[in-house]
Amino acid sequence: MSIILDIQSLNISLSLPTGTLHAVRDVSFTIARGESLGIVGESGSGKSLTALAIMRLLPRGANVTATQLMFDDHDLPILSDEAFAKTIPGVRIGMIFQEPMTSLNPVYTIGRQMTEAAVAKGMLSAAAARKKAIDLLDRVGIPDPEARLDQFPHQMSGGQRQRVMIAMTLMLDPDLLIADEPTTALDVTVQAQILDLLDDLRRERQMGMILISHDLAVVAERSDKVAVMYGGEVIEQGSSNEVLRAPAHPYTQSLLQAIPHLGGSPGRLGSIPGTVPSLMRPPTGCIFAPRCSHSRPECFTARPPKRAHGGDHLATCVLEQPPTLHNHVEALLGSGAKDGAEDVLVAQNVTQVFYSRKGLFGPKREIRALDNVSLSLKRGETLAVIGESGSGKSTLARILLGLSVPTKGTVSMLGKEISTLSGTERASFVQPVFQDPYSSLNPRRRLSEIIARPLELRGEGDHASRTKAIEASMELVRLPKRLLHTYPSQLSGGQRQRVAIARALVTRPEALICDEPTSALDVSVQAQILNLLDDLRAEMGLTCLLITHDMAVVHQVADRVVVMYQGRIVEEGPAREVLANPQDDYTKRLLAAAPRFEPELEDAE
Amino acid sequence: MTNTNISNAVLNDADPQCDDAELGMQTPGQIFRNRVLNHRGFLIGSGIIAALVLIAIFAPLIAPHDPYVQSLSSRMLPPVWSEGGSWDHILGSDQNGRDYLSRLIYGTRVSITIGLGAATVGLFIGVTLGVIAGYFGGWVDHAISFLLTAQLALPGLLLAMALVFIIGPSIWVVIGIVGVLHWTYYLVVTRAATQRIRSQDFIAAAQASGATSRQIIWHEILPNLLSSIIVIFTFELGIAILAESSLSFLGVGIQPPTPSWGLMIAEGKQAMFYRPWLVVLPGICLFFLVIGANLMGDGLRDITSPEGRNG
Repeated sequence: MSIILDIQSLNISLSLPTGTLHAVRDVSFTIARGESLGIVGESGSGKSLTALAIMRLLPRGANVTATQLMFDDHDLPILSDEAFAKTIPGVRIGMIFQEPMTSLNPVYTIGRQMTEAAVAKGMLSAAAARKKAIDLLDRVGIPDPEARLDQFPHQMSGGQRQRVMIAMTLMLDPDLLIADEPTTALDVTVQAQILDLLDDLRRERQMGMILISHDLAVVAERSDKVAVMYGGEVIEQGSSNEVLRAPAHPYTQSLLQAIPHLGGSPGRLGSIPGTVPSLMRPPTGCIFAPRCSHSRPECFTARPPKRAHGGDHLATCVLEQPPTLHNHVEALLGSGAKDGAEDVLVAQNVTQVFYSRKGLFGPKREIRALDNVSLSLKRGETLAVIGESGSGKSTLARILLGLSVPTKGTVSMLGKEISTLSGTERASFVQPVFQDPYSSLNPRRRLSEIIARPLELRGEGDHASRTKAIEASMELVRLPKRLLHTYPSQLSGGQRQRVAIARALVTRPEALICDEPTSALDVSVQAQILNLLDDLRAEMGLTCLLITHDMAVVHQVADRVVVMYQGRIVEEGPAREVLANPQDDYTKRLLAAAPRFEPELEDAE
Repeated sequence: MTNTNISNAVLNDADPQCDDAELGMQTPGQIFRNRVLNHRGFLIGSGIIAALVLIAIFAPLIAPHDPYVQSLSSRMLPPVWSEGGSWDHILGSDQNGRDYLSRLIYGTRVSITIGLGAATVGLFIGVTLGVIAGYFGGWVDHAISFLLTAQLALPGLLLAMALVFIIGPSIWVVIGIVGVLHWTYYLVVTRAATQRIRSQDFIAAAQASGATSRQIIWHEILPNLLSSIIVIFTFELGIAILAESSLSFLGVGIQPPTPSWGLMIAEGKQAMFYRPWLVVLPGICLFFLVIGANLMGDGLRDITSPEGRNG
C-alpha cells in the first residue's frame, strides 16, 4: 500500500486577542491508499483543526508549521495558495462536513451543485458530468436520481442531503476523503447507513479516509487505525483493535470507561476528574497529567516519551506498562420504583395534531405529532422515552410539562388534571432539563439569580431561606459555591447542565423531565451527568422521565423504557427486557443500528 | 473582522472546557472595561457627546453674551479670524446683531433635548411593539408588521411638517412628532431579537416554572435586548437631531427667536455667499453632534455585542 498522506510534527497556533492558542501540537500520522484513520477526541482537542489545516481552511490568524506535510507526491507547504486551490481541494482531497442542513446551497439545484466544479475545472463536459452525477447519486442510494438532480436541498431529508454531499465530493474522484463528524447530526439508523456507505466507497475506490468523530464506538467499528487526541496532541495511536481493546494511555482508558455500554449490566461510569487544559501556554509536562490517576512527579516537569506498545501502537506516556484496566463495575447507587409506588405523572390517550397550510388559502395539511399516547411515571423510577427525530418525543415532553395543550387526551399529576393547575402549581410537580446547556440559561443573569428564579416566581421564602435553598441545590448537583455569582458564559457545558438541573430541583418537584440531557455534551461530561442522575436517585429518590435517542444511555439509567416511532408508542416495558429481547421491528432496527463495541477488558482477578 | 470572528469561534470552542481558574476568569465587567478602553471610535464619540451635554447644561455660564439681545450697530460681524472680526464676538454675529457663539451654545440645548426626547419617545413605541410582536407572534405579529409597513410607506419629513403645521410648533410638539415617526428601527430589531430569544430553552424553563408572559418579557427577554436598544437609541439620537434641524430650516420646527442650529442655517442662507460662516458654523456643530452620536453607537454595538461572550 502506498502512503497517500504523510504528516509529521504538525503544529497549529491561533493568535487571539488574549494571546496565542496552541491548538494543535506535534501531530504526526500517515494514511495509505484505501486505509481509514479515525481521529477521536472531545471538543477542543484539535481534531477538526487538524483536518482544516490539511485543506487550508483555517482562519487567517492561524499559523501552521510541520516538518513534513506530503500528499501523494505534492509537498503541500511549498504550493502557493493558487496552485493549491487548483490541484488539491475537491480534486484530490474531498471533505464532508457535520451539518448536512447547511453544507448545501439552498438556492441551487442538487444537479447544478454537483456538476459545477467538474465543469468549471474543465474535467468533464456538462453532459458527462450530469451522467456521472446520476450514477453517483444512484451509488449512494438516492432513489430516482435523475429526477432528484433537479430538486433543491430543502426537498430532501438530512440523511439524503448527507448522501448528496458524499456523492458531490466523489464527483472529482478524490484520493483522500476527510469526513468531519459526518453523522453526528443524523439519527442512529441513518448514521449506520451512511457509515456503511462510506466504508464501501473507500474499499471500492481505494480512497484514503480520515474519519473525525467524538464517538469512540463509531470509530472503533469503521477505521483501520485510530488516533486519540487530547488537548491538541495525539496521545495514543495505532490500529483500532489494539487502541480500543488494549488502550495504553490512561486517558484512552478513562474515556472508554466513561462510555455507557449496551452489553453487560449497567454500572457507575468512570469519570475523569478536572477539566480540559487551557492551551494558551505550551505545556511543560504531560498534557493529561493534572487529571491522570497514574501521574508521577516527572509527568509535570518533562514531556512524556512516545512509547511503542507492539507494532505501530504508540502512546505518549511515561508508563512502560499500561496500567491494568479493571473490569470491576461499580453497581449503580439508585434503585427503581418500589412495588406499588403511586403514579406521579399520567398521560392518557394524548393526541397532538398540527395543521399547516400552504399560503393563505391553500389546503390544510394535518400532521399527527402524537397519536394516542398513554404512559405513566411512577414515583422513584426512571422512565426512558426513546425515538428518533420526528418521533414526537419532544412534543410529548412539552405536553407533560404543561407548556402546550394536547388536541385530545389528558395529562394528570398526582391525580390532578394539568389544565386545572396554575403555572406555579404545575412547576412544583414537574421541572424540565433541556438538551442544549447553551440555550437553557439566560446569558444575562448570574447563577444565583437563575437558580432562585423559580422560588421568586412562587413567592416562596425570604432572601435568607432562598440563599439556603440555592446552596442546597448547588450542593446536590456538585457545583462549588464560588460559582454563585458567575454568568453562564463563564461555565463549561457540563457545569451549565448542572446549573439547569439545580434550577429544576430548587423547588423540590415530584419529577424531572430531561430532554436529551447529555447529547450535546462530551463523553466524559456525559458520564458525570449520568452519574449525577444516579446519585440523585439514591439521595432523594428522584423520579425522572428521560428522553433520548441513545440506546446505551437507556441501558445505563432507565428502569423502564417506552419506544416511540412516528408519534406512536410501539413498545413498552422494563428496560432490561426490551433491550435484551425486543419485540417490535422498529426497536430491533434501532438496537441493531446502535454502534457498539465491547472492549475486552483484562480481568483484575 | 471576519478573522476575529472565526478566532472568537475557535476560542469559544476551546474555552468553556477550560478550568475556570485557568481562564483568568475575566468577569463581564472586566471584559467590558477592556473593550471600552480599546475602542477608539467609542472614546472619541462619547467624548464629543459628553462635551456637548456639558455645554448644554452650563450654557448660561459659558456663553459670553445673551443670545437674545439684538444690536443693530453690530449686525453680521465676521468671526475673529476674518478681516474686521473682533474678540468681542469671537464667531461674529447674525443679521440681528446677536452674538453667534452664544446662540450656538444655547442651540446645543435645543438639539440635545430634542434628540434625547424624540429618541426616547420612539424607543417606548418601537420596543413595546417589537417585543409584543416577537413574543406573541401570530395575528398580533401580522397586525404590528402591517403598522410597520404603513409607517415605512409614509414620507416622514412631509408628514412631520403637516403635523407640526396642524398642531402648532413648539419644542414639545417637535419632540413628540419626530419621536412618533422614528420607531420603526427599534421595532424591526427588537422583533427579530425577541423571536430568536423566544425559541431558546431558558424561556421554556421559565414557563415551566410558572412565569407569566409579562414576567418572562421583563425578566428574561428585555435584559437580552438591552445592548441593541442602547445602540439604536444613539443612532436615533442623530437622526432625530437632523430631523429637528430640517423642520426648523423649513420653518415648521423651532420658532425664532429660540436659538436652534437648523433655524440658524435657515436664517443665514440668504447671506450664504457673502457671509458663509452663518451657515458653516452651525453646520459644523451639527456634524460633530451627529458623528459623535454615531461613533458612540457603533462603539456600543461592538462593545456590548455578545460575540465571544454569550455565544
